[in-house]
Amino acid sequence: MIGINGPLLSIVTFLPLVAVLFIAFLPNKEWGERNARWTALWTTSITFLVSLGIWLDFDPTTAEFQFVEEYNWLGDIKYKMGVDGISMLFVILTTFLMPLCILASWDSIKTRVKEYMIAFLILETLMIGVFCALDLVLFYLFFEAGLIPMFLIIGIWGGKRRVYASFKFFLYTLLGSVLMLLAMLAMYWHAGTTDIPTLMQTKFPADMQWWLWLAFFASFAVKMPMWPVHTWLPDAHVEAPTAGSVILAGILLKMGGYGFLRFSIPMFPLASEQLAGLVFTLSVVAIIYTSLVALAQEDIKKLIAYSSVAHMGFVTMGIFTFTPQGIDGAIFQMISHGIVSAALFLCVGVIYDRMHTREIAAYGGLVERMPMYAFCFMVFTMANVGLPGTSGFVGEFLTLLGAFKVNTWVAFFATTGVILSAAYALYLYRRVIFGALEKPSLMKLPDLSVREITILAPLVILTIFFGFYPAPLLDVMAVSVKELVANYETAIQDATALANP
Amino acid sequence: MDYLLTLSPIFPELLLAVGSFVLLMLGAFGGDNDETGESVGWLAIVLLVAAGALIVLQPASTTFLFNETFINDRFARFMKLLVLGGSATALLLSFDYLRERGIMKFEFPVLVILATVGMMMMISANDLIALYLGIELQSLALYVMAAIKRDNVRSSEAGLKYFVLGALSSGMLLYGASLIYGFTGSTSFSAIASVAQSETAAGNVGLIIGLVFLLVGLAFKVSAVPFHMWVPDVYEGAPTPVTAFFAAAPKLAAMALLIRALGGAFPGYEAQWQQIIIFMSIASMLLGAFAAIGQNNIKRLMAYSSIGHVGFALVGLAAGSQEGAQGVLIYMAIYLVMTLGTFACILAMRRGDQMVEDIDELAGLSQTNLPMAFVLAALMFSLAGIPPLAGFWGKFYVFAAAMKEGLYVLAVIGVIASVIGAYYYLRIIKIMFFDEPREKFSEATTKVGFVMMVSAVFVIGFIVVPSPLIEAAASAAKSLKF
Repeated sequence: MIGINGPLLSIVTFLPLVAVLFIAFLPNKEWGERNARWTALWTTSITFLVSLGIWLDFDPTTAEFQFVEEYNWLGDIKYKMGVDGISMLFVILTTFLMPLCILASWDSIKTRVKEYMIAFLILETLMIGVFCALDLVLFYLFFEAGLIPMFLIIGIWGGKRRVYASFKFFLYTLLGSVLMLLAMLAMYWHAGTTDIPTLMQTKFPADMQWWLWLAFFASFAVKMPMWPVHTWLPDAHVEAPTAGSVILAGILLKMGGYGFLRFSIPMFPLASEQLAGLVFTLSVVAIIYTSLVALAQEDIKKLIAYSSVAHMGFVTMGIFTFTPQGIDGAIFQMISHGIVSAALFLCVGVIYDRMHTREIAAYGGLVERMPMYAFCFMVFTMANVGLPGTSGFVGEFLTLLGAFKVNTWVAFFATTGVILSAAYALYLYRRVIFGALEKPSLMKLPDLSVREITILAPLVILTIFFGFYPAPLLDVMAVSVKELVANYETAIQDATALANP
Repeated sequence: MDYLLTLSPIFPELLLAVGSFVLLMLGAFGGDNDETGESVGWLAIVLLVAAGALIVLQPASTTFLFNETFINDRFARFMKLLVLGGSATALLLSFDYLRERGIMKFEFPVLVILATVGMMMMISANDLIALYLGIELQSLALYVMAAIKRDNVRSSEAGLKYFVLGALSSGMLLYGASLIYGFTGSTSFSAIASVAQSETAAGNVGLIIGLVFLLVGLAFKVSAVPFHMWVPDVYEGAPTPVTAFFAAAPKLAAMALLIRALGGAFPGYEAQWQQIIIFMSIASMLLGAFAAIGQNNIKRLMAYSSIGHVGFALVGLAAGSQEGAQGVLIYMAIYLVMTLGTFACILAMRRGDQMVEDIDELAGLSQTNLPMAFVLAALMFSLAGIPPLAGFWGKFYVFAAAMKEGLYVLAVIGVIASVIGAYYYLRIIKIMFFDEPREKFSEATTKVGFVMMVSAVFVIGFIVVPSPLIEAAASAAKSLKF
């Protein structure tokens, strides 16, 4: 407890924008670009420190929203920010990954550096805003506005098929979210407010909940992404620059899961209960099908992208078990996946910077030239598989535990996904790292540079640390999740009591 | 003297009308050269601004004039200010273009003023005759403006097409008006309204047919599908600053007239006109979204885009409520700024004194002229309705109104059309930011650059202080009879 007062969340959210103003006025010369990099790095680091300060001040014993700020803005629509145990961790995850992204782009981005840094800083503001917003419209603004910088990042600094990927990403996500906007408007006219905490207490009629749930689902399922609307993800991942993939996998995908927890379950409990079966089915299909697809990939990034879809399947499954374990596990899995998949993409970036190819076949035997790299990559591969002792295990285990209580078959099929994930991850690792070092182009590869070690070391440490000691994360969310589940159960009981008096 | 003072609600219009004659004289005696043309142009802008100031100074009450043919309320003042702003800006954009082409005629600013007077009459019309007078004054000026580049085949063609089709629609409108008069016995909106409310809708088929014809005529003026055929050709053929003018102010005036006529004269027939508006809205949104995809000429593309935007604005009107009217007002205000900004960018697309209109010429603009690329990208995202830019709020309020009235299907089709429409806006951004650069454009002139900058500041900064416009629109909508 430090006890700082002031609009901390707004500071964390808009600090990057201040840097944007500064960078925009730097000249397009070599020193201007250098300054742009350093400014971005410093800003994101300071933002991270401030958010850590918020975490220290955060009171995990209450499910109430904390650090709440509220200002009049536009009639009924208020500017309202606040965090609870569920959103707190996502804010930290965002601010934590950003400096790493800037560092990862240090040398690999050579053209239009200023614009690149500006796009990333704006994106950071919008992502933090999504997790802090306590007003529907404000949430929507942040949620949707993030498309603009991401579209530009993929389109300008991406790979060969970047145009296709960026359009697909943009239009897919937009289509999902406009339906959500309509649902939000309907909620506003029904409840007369766009205040999220108030809406959580509002009881929407059952049939209305059904439609609202579906509209929100359209948006979150695309964002998540869930099978069968996941196809934008592999394209976007493959074409995006390394840091773009990190942000996509690390944070943007989490917005879907966060949305389920913030909106779908607390606001539409009855519909959530009815439609849980649909989510389970889609999750299980995602886990098994995309794992199989991942097995067949020739492109490293694509493989990791498909594995992300599979891992997100565990998250949706966990959320819709409506048990504390399942939801704890889902949140933990999201945080862990944020760290691990980000790290995997960074690892791909390391060799891509050297070889400029992502073909698995172009590699082999890297362990002989890059032992440190091989070690880091191994840790993350193991975490991706969900090996006990890594952060990946905790989340998957808890979600499976939750699912087992609710539906044994779902848990059974999901578990086969764990086996499949071991198959594709280890297969990838073997082909890239082990084997004979035969290709002449690989003979002179240097091992990790100091900058790369700086990026990967904290990720390795966190992956293992949270694997052995997940309590710091679980403690933060525990009370909020309990409250969420309790409210959900009351709502269901009330409804059944009404139906059978 | 006392009689003169009772005319105070119409002072802005009188100022412009008298001013236009003075300018005409100045031009006629000043000689046929660029200097005269330019000074008349500046004087015209001063007149428009002065008229705007008069409107701001008017008391906040609702007043009628000339036996209730002329109404001046908050709604009228709101729309008139926008129209005046749109006209002045379009005039500002025209100077450099006209001078370079050697058509810096003093008639042009005079025509703009006359058209503006017509539009203000349309906005304040509370009677079928006033409505027709306003429309014709406006349209006749516009026909001539479309053909102002009289040595140019495409410009003359645009003028002729616009005239023939415009005359046809005026005919239909007149026919509708005469039917309405015949079946209600009055041309005054309030008298029509009292007849319309007193009988059951089915009982007065003649009135309904009159209403349909009236709507056809007005739909032509706002360029809603299926009366949109003239738009792409006229937009493409007319000189660019004229197109900028066409796309902005007259649409607002026609939309205001549509709202006033439907809300003021046909309150009892809501169920009837709502169907028509819904159909036109859906058709416009979808056509605007799909037809623009294949366009390579940026003016044609903007023509289809404007058709789509009218469709979105009609969503608010279809709601037939005060929220809906408020949504339309917000939508049209934001649309005005975005359109003028976009046309400023189009005017900046030139190499030497050669204008280019192919969107591929924008390739790599972000590397040759980042500020312009930035402005145009912001405008495109805004036109696509991506938050937090201004264009999003326009859509937000019209869809909010539609959702309140339970028009769910319309709202869903609307948002899907907006996603499809986003494709071609994104395409322009893609060309500017992702493609390899082409030859640089010439430096934009100060006036064009100024308009670009102001529109970009508006579009991006709107989110910081949105309430003034939203509240002004709300109070303007309150003075309507929905």
